[in-house]
Amino acid sequence: MRQPVLEIRNLDVGYGLGDVALRAVRDVSLTLHRGEVLGLAGESGSGKSTLAYGVTRLLPPPGVITGGEVVYHPENGSPYDVLALGDRELRAFRWAETAIVFQGAMNSLNPVHRISVQLTDVIAAHQPDLSARARAERAREMLRLVGIAADRMDAYPHQLSGGMRQRVMIGMALALQPQIVIMDEPTTALDVVMQRQILRQLVALRERLGFSVIFITHDLSLLVEFADRIAIMYGGRIVEEAPASALYRDALHPYTAGLLGSFPALRGPRRDLTGIPGSPPDLTSMPTGCSFHPRCPKAFEPCPVTIPPLGSPDTPGGSTRTVACLLHPATNPEVR
Amino acid sequence: MKHLLQRVLFYLFTAWAAITVNFFIPRLIPGDPVQALIARYKGQMSSDAIASLYVLFGIDKHASLWSDYLKYWKQLAHGDLGLSFTSFPTPVSEIIASSLPWTLALVGITTIISFLLGTGLGVIAGWRRGSWVDGLLPVTTFLSSIPYFWLGLVAIALLAGPGSYFPSSGGYEPGLVPAFDSYFLSSAIQHSILPALTILISSVSGWILSMRNMMVTVAAEDYITVAHAKGLPERRVALSYAARNALLPNVSGFALALGFIVGGTLLVEIVFSYPGLGFQLFRAVGAKDYPLMQGIFLVITISVLVANLLADVAYLMLDPRTRKEG
Repeated sequence: MRQPVLEIRNLDVGYGLGDVALRAVRDVSLTLHRGEVLGLAGESGSGKSTLAYGVTRLLPPPGVITGGEVVYHPENGSPYDVLALGDRELRAFRWAETAIVFQGAMNSLNPVHRISVQLTDVIAAHQPDLSARARAERAREMLRLVGIAADRMDAYPHQLSGGMRQRVMIGMALALQPQIVIMDEPTTALDVVMQRQILRQLVALRERLGFSVIFITHDLSLLVEFADRIAIMYGGRIVEEAPASALYRDALHPYTAGLLGSFPALRGPRRDLTGIPGSPPDLTSMPTGCSFHPRCPKAFEPCPVTIPPLGSPDTPGGSTRTVACLLHPATNPEVR
Repeated sequence: MKHLLQRVLFYLFTAWAAITVNFFIPRLIPGDPVQALIARYKGQMSSDAIASLYVLFGIDKHASLWSDYLKYWKQLAHGDLGLSFTSFPTPVSEIIASSLPWTLALVGITTIISFLLGTGLGVIAGWRRGSWVDGLLPVTTFLSSIPYFWLGLVAIALLAGPGSYFPSSGGYEPGLVPAFDSYFLSSAIQHSILPALTILISSVSGWILSMRNMMVTVAAEDYITVAHAKGLPERRVALSYAARNALLPNVSGFALALGFIVGGTLLVEIVFSYPGLGFQLFRAVGAKDYPLMQGIFLVITISVLVANLLADVAYLMLDPRTRKEG
C-alpha cells in the first residue's frame, strides 16, 4: 500500500487581489507518495513553479494562496495542513521536512558567504544543540554525498562551476534528511551531460535515503526517464496524471501528446517533430471551457463550453491515471 | 595583493597629477596677493610699500614656472607648505594643523553617525517594505534635496540668536583658550550642535535611500528565497543574507565620504563661521592666499585618495568575488 506524504487538495494560487487578480494555479489536487518521484511538466506559465512556491508558502508578493490545503504526513505523527502553520512552526517545517532546489543554480548561493557557512547555518537553525564541530562534519558528509571534495567547504560560490553549485544545493537540501525534496527545474541552467550526471546522482541518493521528489520541468523527456509518475499542467490546472511509462506509451490528453511529440525519441524510427501550434494561454483572459481547446487538434463542439473534469478514463489500466479531456470522459469525476 | 599594489601605484600617480594641478591653479587665477592688498587699502599705498610687499611675498623675482615647480616639490618633501600670505609669518602647516581637528571632530563624527543611523534605518525600511517606515521615505527624499548651507541658514534664523542656547557662529566662546578642560569642551560641543544637526539631517537621508533601495534589490535575489526556504530565523535572513550583501555599495560610499570630510562641508563651516578647514579655505580664496590654498587642497586631495584606497580595501574584505585567485 502506497502511503501519501504530501496531499495537495484543491489548491488555488493567484497573483494580486480583487479585479486585477490572476489565477495561476486553479483547483489543483495532487498526491505525492512516500519514496516516489513525481514529475510536474508543462510549458512556461502553466503554473508549475507557482504550485511549488504555493506548497512551501514561499510565494513572493503579490502571490496569495486563495484556497485549498496542503496536508503533510510526517514519518511518525499525525498529518497537518502546511497552510495553517504559524510562523515558528512553518520555519521548523521548512527544509527539515521539505527542502527545495531552485531553478537558478547560479544565484541560489549567497556570493559573500563560504559554502561551509551556508551549509551549516541551516543545520544550526534546525538543530541548535548540535556542536559546531558536528555541524561541520555533517556539512562535509553532505558534500561527499554529492561527490564534491570536502576541501571545497571553504570555497566561495564563485569559485565553483555551475554543476558543482547545483550539487552543493542538492547536498544542502539533504542536510536535514527531509521527507520531500522539491526540485524546480534544477538542471535548466546546466549542459545536457551535467543534467544527466546530476539526475543519476539524485536517483541514487533517493534509493539510499528514501525521500520523495517533486520534479518540476518543462522537459518531459527527462521525466519519462526519471519519474515514477508524471502530472501535466496547462493553464494552471492538472490536465493529465499517469505512471510515467503509461503516459509515454499512451498519452490521453492531446496536450500531453503534443508535448511528447515535440522532442525526439532516443531509440526507434526517426519521425518529424511536431510541436504544439499557438502559444500558452494568457492567464488574464483564459479561454472558456477547456483552456486548451484553441490549440487542440482534436477539439470538437462541447470543448469551448464545458470544462472537462479530472477523472479516471474508461481505458485499460484507467484506474491508475486521471485525465481532464472530453474525449476521455471520466468514469468517476471528482465532485466539484 | 597584486591588485592592491596596482591600486596603490595608480593612486600615487593620481596624487602626483593632483599636486601638479594644485601648483598651477592659483597661478592661473588673475591678480596676485599684493593687488588684493592694494585693493583692500583702496590704493592708499605708496609705491615703496607695494614694492616691499612684493619682496615680502617672494613674488618679485619673476622666476620661471619650472623653477617654481621644482622649488614647490622640494618644499613639499620637507613638509614645508610655505608661509601664509594673509597671516604672514605663520607657516601654512600650522594653520592647517590648528583648523583640521575642528573639521575632523565636527564633520567626521557626524559623517560616521549619519552613516550608521542611515544604513540602519535603510535596512529596516528595505526589509519591512510596505510598513509604516515607508512613510518616512518622501520626508527623507525631501530632506536629501535640501542644500546643507540653506538648512544651516534656516537653523540659525530659527534657533540661534541673542538669548538662545545655540550660538550662531564660531567653534567655541570667544575669549576661551582652547584646552582639554570641561569648560572649553562643553562650549565647543554647544557650538557644534547646530552645524552637526544641519549636516546630519541633510546627509542621513542619502544613506537611508541608498540602503533601502539596495535592500529591496537584494531581497528579490534567489539566495534570499533559499534562505527563507531553509527556515532560517527572520533576523538571520535579514542581516546575514540581505543586509550583508546590500551593504557593499554603501560601505564604499562611506569610505569615499570619509575622504570628503576634510573639505566637503565648506559651506556649513562658512555659514556657521566654524574654525575648520573649509572656513580657512574660504578665507584663503578671498585673500588670494596661494600657499594656504595649495596646502588645503593638498590635504583634501590626499585624504580623498586615502579614502579611495580604503574603499578598495573594504571592498576586498567584504566581497570575496573581487579577490583574485592565488
